Amino acid sequence: MSAYLEQLLPTLLIIGKIVLIIVPLLLSVAYLTLAERKVIGYMQVRMGPNRVGFRGLLQPIADVVKLFMKEIIVPTGANKIVFILAPIITLAPAFVAWAVIPFGPEIVLADVDAGLLFIMAVASMGVYGVVMAGWASNSKYAFLGGLRCAAQIVSYEIAMGFALIGVLMMSGSLNLVTIVQTQAGPGGFLQWNWLPLLPLFVIYFISGVAETNRAPFDVAEGESEIVAGFHVEYSGVTFAMFFLAEYANMILISTLAAIMFLGGWLPPLPVAPFTWVPGFLWLAAKVAFVLLLFLWLRATFPRYRYDQIMRLGWKVFIPITIVWLFVVGVAMQEPIRSWPVLRIWF
Amino acid sequence: MAFQSVLFYLFATVLVVAAARVVTARNPVHAALFLVLAFVTSAALWLLLRAEFLAITLVLVYVGAVMVLFLFVVMMLDINIDQMREGFWRYLPVGLLVAAVMVVEMWLVLRHHGLASAATHAGFTAPASNTKALGMLLYTQYAYAFELAAVILLVAIVAAIALTQRRRRDSKYQDPAAQVRVRRQDRVRLVSMPAQKREEAQSVKV
Repeated sequence: MSAYLEQLLPTLLIIGKIVLIIVPLLLSVAYLTLAERKVIGYMQVRMGPNRVGFRGLLQPIADVVKLFMKEIIVPTGANKIVFILAPIITLAPAFVAWAVIPFGPEIVLADVDAGLLFIMAVASMGVYGVVMAGWASNSKYAFLGGLRCAAQIVSYEIAMGFALIGVLMMSGSLNLVTIVQTQAGPGGFLQWNWLPLLPLFVIYFISGVAETNRAPFDVAEGESEIVAGFHVEYSGVTFAMFFLAEYANMILISTLAAIMFLGGWLPPLPVAPFTWVPGFLWLAAKVAFVLLLFLWLRATFPRYRYDQIMRLGWKVFIPITIVWLFVVGVAMQEPIRSWPVLRIWF
Repeated sequence: MAFQSVLFYLFATVLVVAAARVVTARNPVHAALFLVLAFVTSAALWLLLRAEFLAITLVLVYVGAVMVLFLFVVMMLDINIDQMREGFWRYLPVGLLVAAVMVVEMWLVLRHHGLASAATHAGFTAPASNTKALGMLLYTQYAYAFELAAVILLVAIVAAIALTQRRRRDSKYQDPAAQVRVRRQDRVRLVSMPAQKREEAQSVKV
């Protein structure tokens, strides 16, 4: 019996840790939707939701309850199994990727050596849900949305991957904890990766917006042309799962941006008043900042035309990333890397 | 250790079933999705062998990129299944021959080590950082083979682009560079007109 318990305890511990990650994540997704509506509201000189609870603070709860009460309608011509599988396959990678995200120097569920690769592999599986949803719905609008989404995500994944290679070159490791630790130094925020890798940071962020199908890259939904794109036939909980996955992915992309380019849990300056704040709060603040950029973009820009999206991904981003990788590679070589300014980073 | 073998048999069963369904599924989209499942489970098997870099790269490249494009094409095809099954008996001997050759090849490879010893062997030698070890080997011991593979890939890219690139005369293209170069002076002509009194303007209109 005791041997059985000994095997059971670590498993329970891991499950507890998973719950500790998933529950705050779900809460942040819920309140990110509220923040989005509020922020865009204020940007457009409106109030945003303010009826449910104090200043609208209970609005996400009301939305969740509404979505759970609704009926799931499966279209007659739909491929039932694939239709139901699609939202699940969209949601699962959005959660699985959090397994290797470090929230502090010691706070990580799985300290995988190839953590960055793991995240890229898992994130690349998210596209299947959208493609399957588009195909299984047996609707031309959903199908068009799925095709647009597949082509767009595959294109921007390449630019994103190249941007991440720059980070690898700077830190010499695929481990996310090591990536943050190599950004530490007396220079504080000037030593984080965003400065030496500025073009890659910008490209990573824009590709992240395109990967999550957010405005101005949301042609997969494109309500003015194809109603609601790939999830036009989904209702109730199945729709909620697509919604959840989209926001969880937004938070994931923002967290990765914070870890790889903005120094993760490191304080902006390694001196007294900044170091008193716990690292987790610094990480949260950086993630919140990047998320605000997502919302800001959505409130500001009109939707891209599809051929321009493809041109931007293939003909602008990929060449720029390759050129900058070359620049970083040259700067890391011996006589150049010890030049006065470059010595800070390389 | 027992738990690991349970995992192994679980993944192996899923892998074999999924691989069988790839060939037997009537719907080509289902077949493609089963192939994705087969890739993911074989990646899990590689993880059991502690080949984490290879496993993750398998998912990243084959599941994340290749199969998405595959599915993209298969979804848009309207495949007539009866037509596809027509030549089954005629092609069966050739298929069996190919299968037999593959079995013999695998037997030749596995004859010396056997499955079990190969697994334990890999488990014992896998170092802490897979990625670093692989990189060390690829860029030192196997540098020529690696570069040869890179050149072959490059040739394949060039060939693929050359095969698909043709300009249709009836479709319109945009030149983004020309669009960006446009200045206001090229498009808008400011005309300065003297002010008119109302009566004059009306008389002109009539």
